[in-house]
Amino acid sequence: MAAAESSLTGTTMASPGYLAPGNHADIHSVRGVMHCKGMWTLEGIEDLEHRLARLHWPQQGDIVLDGAGIVAIDTTGALFLKDIIADLQHQGRDTHLVNLRKEHQELLDLVIERSQAAGQSVEPLIKLSPVATLGRQTWKKVEHAAGFLAFLGETSIALGRVLVWPSRIRWRILFVNIENAGLNAMPIVALLCFLIGMVIAYQGGNQLKYYGANIFIVELVTLTMVRELAPLITAIIVAGRTGSAYTAQIGTMQVTEEVDALRTIGIDPFDILVLPKLLGLLIVLPLLSVLADILSIFGGMVVAYLLLDVSFGEFVKRIPTVVSPFSFLFGIIKAPAFAAVIALVGCYQGFQVRGGADSVGRQTTESVVQAIFLVIVVDALFAIFLGTKGF
Amino acid sequence: MADLVIEIRGLKTQFGSLVIHENLDLSVRRGEVVALVGGSGSGKTTLLREIIMLTEPAAGSIRLFDHEVVGASRHEALLLSRRFGMLFQRGALFTSLTIRENVATPLHEHTHLSLKSIDEIADLKIALAGLPANAADKYPAELSGGMIKRAGLARALALDPELLFLDEPSAGLDPVSANALDELIVQLKESLRLTVVLVTHDLDSLWRVTDRVAFLGERRVIGYDSIAKLSRSEHPLIKSYFSGPRGRAAQAAQEQAWNPR
Repeated sequence: MAAAESSLTGTTMASPGYLAPGNHADIHSVRGVMHCKGMWTLEGIEDLEHRLARLHWPQQGDIVLDGAGIVAIDTTGALFLKDIIADLQHQGRDTHLVNLRKEHQELLDLVIERSQAAGQSVEPLIKLSPVATLGRQTWKKVEHAAGFLAFLGETSIALGRVLVWPSRIRWRILFVNIENAGLNAMPIVALLCFLIGMVIAYQGGNQLKYYGANIFIVELVTLTMVRELAPLITAIIVAGRTGSAYTAQIGTMQVTEEVDALRTIGIDPFDILVLPKLLGLLIVLPLLSVLADILSIFGGMVVAYLLLDVSFGEFVKRIPTVVSPFSFLFGIIKAPAFAAVIALVGCYQGFQVRGGADSVGRQTTESVVQAIFLVIVVDALFAIFLGTKGF
Repeated sequence: MADLVIEIRGLKTQFGSLVIHENLDLSVRRGEVVALVGGSGSGKTTLLREIIMLTEPAAGSIRLFDHEVVGASRHEALLLSRRFGMLFQRGALFTSLTIRENVATPLHEHTHLSLKSIDEIADLKIALAGLPANAADKYPAELSGGMIKRAGLARALALDPELLFLDEPSAGLDPVSANALDELIVQLKESLRLTVVLVTHDLDSLWRVTDRVAFLGERRVIGYDSIAKLSRSEHPLIKSYFSGPRGRAAQAAQEQAWNPR
């Protein structure tokens, strides 16, 4: 009962001083006999643990520990007492524990019995040489690449099946995905592209004004936005917004064994989790890119009107004369490629989740980083291959 | 009745317009094993969560170790939380930590012991929970359902609590593991002098481990007695709960084995 009364009387959480001072576990030497006193509990022994090395033991003869003064003992205290005795015996001193209360002795016996089984198999940490580490890391990457390839293969097969039997398409899920990834993303894509259009026009406009070439703002804004920035920014927003959601969703389902449940019910997880996402994004991302084109040009127009005295009418009339439809197409044609990258990476990383919450977080981060990285790589490839063809 | 560990008076729980408990009274004496039973949705787990301060009741009083829990300050709640351990239904182990690290987490958080001592204490708790020593370095994902329960129990025991809460300890376990866990609970209760409150649907466990059983129904405790007496209750809800084929089988088996006290 002492344990129950003493707790919660303290005012601070700092553990020493949390018990009344007289209640700490302690060992006193009285005429050669070591008297154990106080509360040998988790809270009570902290102080003694720090002082133990400086404790004075009788110099010779057997050591007698008297346990009569122990007020309360728990497993931690018993473990501590056991360790003290074991240490002394290890130093070649015969140690006797006397006058321990019956119930305290029972607990001590239990702890001695159980701690023999405990902690014997602490595996030593193997330190790897740098070469071995490099090898392991490389192998991991190779395995990842192989895994992604396998995933790509499975997705292709699932896609092939759907093309042969279009009735397998889960229309409802597809439309939900289109709504989530497309419709709901419209405000943020529109706002950001409008702002970027303004920024580009503002930064370039000052230079043009200096040369009196105000009207060239049309080329500047339209070409940069339509060919490059609008599709790219859209893809990056979608990768961060939707790709991460794909990974988190599939990853969590992986943790809760929902993916396995789908398989046992006879539903191919690819049909229900991957294809609707992939198809949905393939439809949605080009549309979002068109929206981005329009809003970013509008952003440029606003700055052109306010800063460079180029009216909306002049701006719009000039666009078809300086920007070929090919430039517009060049931007839009990249969008499906970006969509495929984002959806595939997002889903693949979701399926890579193993274990629990921790892994979901890690794979989601990985998914966004890889998707954005690959989007930029794909963009560069388009610039090189299509650019040299004179588009 | 001085030595009440838990004392609940006039408890009311309400989620939106749904009233779960109304005017619920319950008390648990030191050293008792008390089970909360009742049909699905009778608020067993909710009651447990209210006692351990995870859910706030709408009205009433819950006293834990003679301290009011309803409306307790963060500081009081923290001090109280050192004195009980909780085994969650699915273990709720931290997936990013090994079993030893899981058990050591409360010790790191609440004590200033040396790292070596903490590891040693954690290993002891793992052994007390009946896990093999090599489980300590494993991650929760590598353990079976029964082992996860034991690891969760080891973590619940980390701070040497006086009071242990178990949410469906034997759910999802095979009969052998469930039996072993029951025995472990009895053994720990005896040797560590624990008070145990558990939610369970396992009729065999009720017979084997409990001193008293509180039957929740009609938003309150409608029966609170030893299982031998409770199972003979005439209350229609209690009767239907215990008189199904499973209830009768468990009762018959136990009465044969124990010859009721």
